Amino acid sequence: MASFQLELVSPEKLLLSRAVEMVVFPAAEGEMGVLAGHAPMIVSLRGGVISVREGGQVTEQLFVAGGFAEVAADRVTILAEEATPLANLSKSEAQLRLNEAEAAMAAAANDASMEKREAAMARVQSARAMLDAATAA
Amino acid sequence: MPSLKSLRLRINSVKSTRKITQAMKMVAAAKLRRAQSQAEAARPYADRMERMLASLGASVAGSPDAPKLLVGTGADKVHLLVVVTAERGLCGGFNTNVGRFARAQIRALEAEGKTVKVLTVGRKGAVYLKREFANRIVEEVSFANKKRIGFEDAAEVSAKISEMLDSGQFDVCTLIYNRFRNVISQTPVGQQLIPAPLPEVAADSGAQYEFEPTEEEILARLLPQNLAIQIYRALLDNAAGFYGSQMTAMDNATRNAGEMINKLTLNYNRTRQANITRELIEIISGAEAL
Repeated sequence: MASFQLELVSPEKLLLSRAVEMVVFPAAEGEMGVLAGHAPMIVSLRGGVISVREGGQVTEQLFVAGGFAEVAADRVTILAEEATPLANLSKSEAQLRLNEAEAAMAAAANDASMEKREAAMARVQSARAMLDAATAA
Repeated sequence: MPSLKSLRLRINSVKSTRKITQAMKMVAAAKLRRAQSQAEAARPYADRMERMLASLGASVAGSPDAPKLLVGTGADKVHLLVVVTAERGLCGGFNTNVGRFARAQIRALEAEGKTVKVLTVGRKGAVYLKREFANRIVEEVSFANKKRIGFEDAAEVSAKISEMLDSGQFDVCTLIYNRFRNVISQTPVGQQLIPAPLPEVAADSGAQYEFEPTEEEILARLLPQNLAIQIYRALLDNAAGFYGSQMTAMDNATRNAGEMINKLTLNYNRTRQANITRELIEIISGAEAL
């Protein structure tokens, strides 16, 4: 099967850079699977799990809190705000973050600016996805 | 002529100073290595971000409702200078260089009739600038109690800046920090953050991207992230530069202490010899007089 170069970078370091067959990531408007030769796209990501497939099997799963992906025919670059392998996720931390995010959203509910409310909502969503991922792992 | 005892004390005190500077040099060298690798690890993200921004920004910059972070407020009256320095001293001219650079910038901007506001990151810069420009400092951020700078810290600073931009507190934002060139040379630079200078789009990047959601929405999320990453890079450069500078300064201090010990020891031996000679003369002339 044709492969393409996948790069996963967080602000702190380059996490992954190798040839893979398929990657599934949580795009802003739904999960998106990318194979080699995909049309060029720039996509914004929400919180969720990235799965990497090689040899017909899922070889790696990482949680990202959000970010961006740049898709080209022969490479995919994912700029993650924060990426953790599923195995390292902690449930209690996820719960803590969800609580914090929900509190922040409640505080932002009275805020006039639309963007702030959206940002707070995105944080809650991301924290919830983190909790789900931590529970499943 | 100082007494033998006071010379001995002096030599001992310089020796212990040398021990301290030597230890500090070693610690700085170890920390430098870590800071440097951290700075290098952050580079791929910044590079990729730049590439993405280049392909995005060019298409949006022309439109009238482009985000403020990209095009600024349109005015050029109030300048915000973000001055990044270290938390501690004992690092040669590291902090002073940034401070002096910032001072020159403030003077130049005010001579042009612009209003200047200053946001300092790092304790030393605040201390330095407070003497002259206390009323221009709007905020001081300090990471003195942090062992290691993380991306969250940079995000915090950038959130403050965008908040100030949204409430119209400034028009142009410039970041001043020590760029880490190598261990012995750090140069203070001023880098404009807002309006964001767009990286040049390579001519052959002709691939037409599709966007999901829309270009504007992605840009609205990408720009704050880009701001944070620029600040993060400055913070890391600052940390690496600080340790590099401290290492050099401590190396010099150790060498100077060594020289001083040699000089003092020579002086000590000479004085001791002179004392012996004098005593001998006294004894001999005493014996002759008998």
